Amino acid sequence: MVLAALVLLLAVGLVMSATQGQLSVSSADVLGTVLHGLGVDTSWRPEREVTEQALWQIRFPRVVMALLVGAALAVGGAIMQAIFGNPLAEPGVVGVSAGAALGAAIGIVTGFTFAGGWGIAALAFLGGLLATIFVYATARSAGRTEVVTLLLTGIAVNAFAGAGLAFVMFAGDTAAREQIVFWQLGSMNGSRWSEVLVVAVVTVLASAVALVLARQYDLLALGERAAGHLGVRVEALRIGSIVVVALLTGVAVAFAGIIAFVGLVVPHLVRLSLGPAHRGLLLTSLLGGAVLLTWADLGARTLVGGADLPIGMLTALVGGPFFFWLVRRTRGRSGGWA
Amino acid sequence: MSASTQQASVVAVRVVDLECRLGGRPVVAGVGLDVRYGEVLALVGPNGAGKSTVLGAVAGDLAASAGSVLLDDRDVGEWSTRDLARRRSVLLQSHEVSFAFTVREVVEMGRAPWLGREEQDDDEEAVAEAMRRADVVHLADRPFTQLSGGERARAALARVLAQRTDVVLLDEPTAALDLRHTEDVMAVARDLAAAGRAVVVVLHDLSLAAAHADVIAVLDAGRLVAHGAPADVLTPEVVSSTYGIDVHVIADPDGRLLVVPRRAPRPHPDTPSRPI
Repeated sequence: MVLAALVLLLAVGLVMSATQGQLSVSSADVLGTVLHGLGVDTSWRPEREVTEQALWQIRFPRVVMALLVGAALAVGGAIMQAIFGNPLAEPGVVGVSAGAALGAAIGIVTGFTFAGGWGIAALAFLGGLLATIFVYATARSAGRTEVVTLLLTGIAVNAFAGAGLAFVMFAGDTAAREQIVFWQLGSMNGSRWSEVLVVAVVTVLASAVALVLARQYDLLALGERAAGHLGVRVEALRIGSIVVVALLTGVAVAFAGIIAFVGLVVPHLVRLSLGPAHRGLLLTSLLGGAVLLTWADLGARTLVGGADLPIGMLTALVGGPFFFWLVRRTRGRSGGWA
Repeated sequence: MSASTQQASVVAVRVVDLECRLGGRPVVAGVGLDVRYGEVLALVGPNGAGKSTVLGAVAGDLAASAGSVLLDDRDVGEWSTRDLARRRSVLLQSHEVSFAFTVREVVEMGRAPWLGREEQDDDEEAVAEAMRRADVVHLADRPFTQLSGGERARAALARVLAQRTDVVLLDEPTAALDLRHTEDVMAVARDLAAAGRAVVVVLHDLSLAAAHADVIAVLDAGRLVAHGAPADVLTPEVVSSTYGIDVHVIADPDGRLLVVPRRAPRPHPDTPSRPI
């Protein structure tokens, strides 16, 4: 039920998203172009060549990028919550996104951009990985996550990465500065197929690995010792999962900037409606994240006429109050997490 | 090798001259004991005596700094995590579950080690039986996180029973339980032993240990101070030197030993408790 509704929402969002922009395109044009691309010629195919070109070169990469980045962030958030055993763990909140952005920014300023998009993605991955390992090492003790330590560590990592970004901006030239501001705000604008390919490969592979590990994530909810007693090699699972989270966050940040709270909001809503079992959680989060960012990107382009709002600003605008509500609700129910 | 084919009095766990260090300090030293299939062994001792540490070493969680723990004649550290999970199950003292999994889902997690093996066919039956034995059938669809302490302990026990291993390690399984469920849990331990399994249970209540264990091992300050049948171990001398409190050891009407602290006689109701 929920899955079907999400698929429908995603399909409608994708088509609508492709119709919006400077050039006016109808839904039929979009479908016709896609079908033509698949080798099926229909009467829906746009009459003008330029419409088709605009769709393939500008609209479609952007739409697909939003879908993939949303999926990557939501799955990354769900994995992070599984290994921390805590619903507040999210790449943006604990500073992994900021670490990845710093890595990407260093790549831009130093011109370290080998192999198309892969160079920046690799640096973003490294930045994100370092931040994740640091947060994990600090916030875990004796098999438990102390929430206060987790959030305080997040503040420290965010502050440090923010300072690093500021320094890189200070040192860089004007062009580099503009690109870094783009990273801080988050945007799907100017996505290219070569970049989409990088995100697609990483997201699909990482999500597949996460789905294979889903049952072990369930057992991890019993605590590390109990999971070990049930045959989970906890240490290997954690290290592998940290790499997967850093990969997902790294590629998302490298090409779309910091888009916070997707990994917090989506898995939480899925848990509320479907329960916490990780196979369903990961699959539904993947779809849900794709839906959320597809619609958020549509909103970013249409809410203010003629302007392309930064999508990271939009998600934070919704995600911030949601985070606040989550904290309040938990405090009301069980005296908080401390 | 299933529990039913195990011959009684075969050694399941052999602890040899075990020493464990936590933070560089030895918390357990020179402990040696055998646990046999078909037997319930109770580990007792004052707070901080090293009971949970010994249990952790037997479970394979803690590496011995000296001596060894053998499970089926093989050092416990040489077992793979997965093989170990099919051979021994562990009930820890704390029963935290991170997300709102239902009791049934938690109990089903106990079947994880058997995934992809022929025993997987027994999953449903094992889960149902475990939930019945631990008296959590009526809680099946409740989120674990919303249960009371005693209900959590029983749900966690059900998970351990569903694992169906030949060696069962229980760390204070009765700590949060009411009178009836305490007896129920000890009856479960006895049934496991009757089915040929080896059970190690950490207990605080000496009378409970006397009533249900075949063998009692008394730990004090990390050392084994007494080890044997309840009647041989639970003497007033051993208990008072270990716990630092004088006790009566008396037989209850059913013929089992009761260990009761010596207390000053209660003043007669007619005499005023303080001078007026």
